[in-house]
Amino acid sequence: MIEIKGLSKIYNGERVVDHADMQLETGTITVIVGTSGSGKSTLLRMINRLIDADEGTVLIDGQDTRDMGLDALRRRIGYVIQDHGLFPHWTVARNVATVPKLLGWSAPDIKARVREMLETFQLDPDRYGPRFPHELSGGQAQRVGVARALAARPDMLLMDEPFGALDPVIRAQAQDELRTVQKQFGATVLMVTHDMAEALSLGDKIAVMNAGKIVQIGPPEEIVTRPANPFVRSLIAATDRPFRRLALIGLEDHIVSGTAQGPAIAPDASLADALSQMIWSGRDALPVVDAQTAPDAPAHKIITLRDVLRLGQAQ
Amino acid sequence: MMGRLFPWVLGAMIVLFLAMPQLFAPLLRPFASNPDQVIYDRASLMALTSAHLLLVAMGIVPAALLAIVMAAFVSRPGGADFLPLSRVIVNIGQTVPPVAVLALTVPMLGFGTWPTVCALFLYGLLPIFENALAGFSTLPQSVVTSARAMGMTSAQIFWRVELPLAAPLVLDGLRLALVIALSTATIGSTVAARSLGEVIIAGLTVNNQAYLLQGGVLTAALALVLHAALQGLTNRMRRKTGRPLA
Repeated sequence: MIEIKGLSKIYNGERVVDHADMQLETGTITVIVGTSGSGKSTLLRMINRLIDADEGTVLIDGQDTRDMGLDALRRRIGYVIQDHGLFPHWTVARNVATVPKLLGWSAPDIKARVREMLETFQLDPDRYGPRFPHELSGGQAQRVGVARALAARPDMLLMDEPFGALDPVIRAQAQDELRTVQKQFGATVLMVTHDMAEALSLGDKIAVMNAGKIVQIGPPEEIVTRPANPFVRSLIAATDRPFRRLALIGLEDHIVSGTAQGPAIAPDASLADALSQMIWSGRDALPVVDAQTAPDAPAHKIITLRDVLRLGQAQ
Repeated sequence: MMGRLFPWVLGAMIVLFLAMPQLFAPLLRPFASNPDQVIYDRASLMALTSAHLLLVAMGIVPAALLAIVMAAFVSRPGGADFLPLSRVIVNIGQTVPPVAVLALTVPMLGFGTWPTVCALFLYGLLPIFENALAGFSTLPQSVVTSARAMGMTSAQIFWRVELPLAAPLVLDGLRLALVIALSTATIGSTVAARSLGEVIIAGLTVNNQAYLLQGGVLTAALALVLHAALQGLTNRMRRKTGRPLA
């Protein structure tokens, strides 16, 4: 577990980060959302001490980061930035091997780990390993950046607007992939973004920052339904709120028995997916069928428009 | 194709000429004032060429070391205050013409090699320093930040990241300085330094155009070959890292 206690940074008398408190559970994704200048990147960089904090402490499993050697600390923390920061004069494989090499892993261990990481990120090691970063697309380079950050099995992964430079399609893919990889490795992730939609879709916990302060911290559901102040509310555009909320609720728990016509929806879809299918096909109920386990099962389970409307209501 | 082959052909010609200068005598005879004095023979051309190259190396190697260290130092946050001072030093080297340096240093260092080495050293500082400075101060910040964030020590960042990334521009400066030094070294012979200038001066004093051509063309050819070799090296580096040609 990582604990951030009363962390502050003061530039020219101004508190850029003001007494930030936060706890990151091992194996979860926490996303800090804020406008530019809110101090979110500064907070992130104080954790691996790229910036030194003026007040407060960061504890990794109870140990104060100031008591660890600077280089040793950074080798335990993966770091990903917006334009990936890959070393342009090193091949993809050597980039991924950076921290294991610094930690003095044996050559066969490094080689095996590089292969494993590239395969995890859907990059054929024989094809992409020997390439140079400028020979990759933006999305591929970003994946290599994340693979490099995770290569030495760090205690945590810091990500500063990691997908900010990617186009929407590649960006959605990268987010999906991050979620999968994070589950697979059980990594503890702290990400910074200005995009509330990204935060809601990735975060187990969301911290909203404004003018150096963490104004609200909680699960996405709470941020959407009970924004702590007008600033948080403004980040979740008012008209989108019902849809954002529905997107966070799986339809599985709200299936009723009955019959409905037309194409089915899978039980792991969200209520927002169901609503959009209903609107698009002009139906007020959808059959729910798990196409993978029972493709031909008769549809006795449905999800109804009435239930969706009820569940999306403001509380 | 011609462009890539040219330095090799020229290099081979130089080697052939130095090994067997008499082969070229028929070409040079029409320019000789005296048919018995076609190929310079008061010293072997091979020895003079070696001495010439040694002279250049003695001036440029220390100039490169000093200029690159200065550029690396003033391009980091702690050294920025020393940038104006460094500029003054390298500019003095550029402002005083090599001939004046020879005139000023002969009384102190005596005739021979050292005044010329001194002039080449001072003259080489500026191009190497300015190019290296451009190389070190235009490093992509995201890359350097990544290196720090991954836990590289300052020394590791310098040797593994900053220096290799700045290398093409550093080499650009070195190439410029070397080419200038190769031609400037000829004037060293006015103060009795052994160089290809000796052949040129002999040609001037006895009015023998064949000598002038040998000394002049040989010096120019050496400069061209060195230029092409270093250019090829930097181009290969740039292609590898995908950094655009500056």
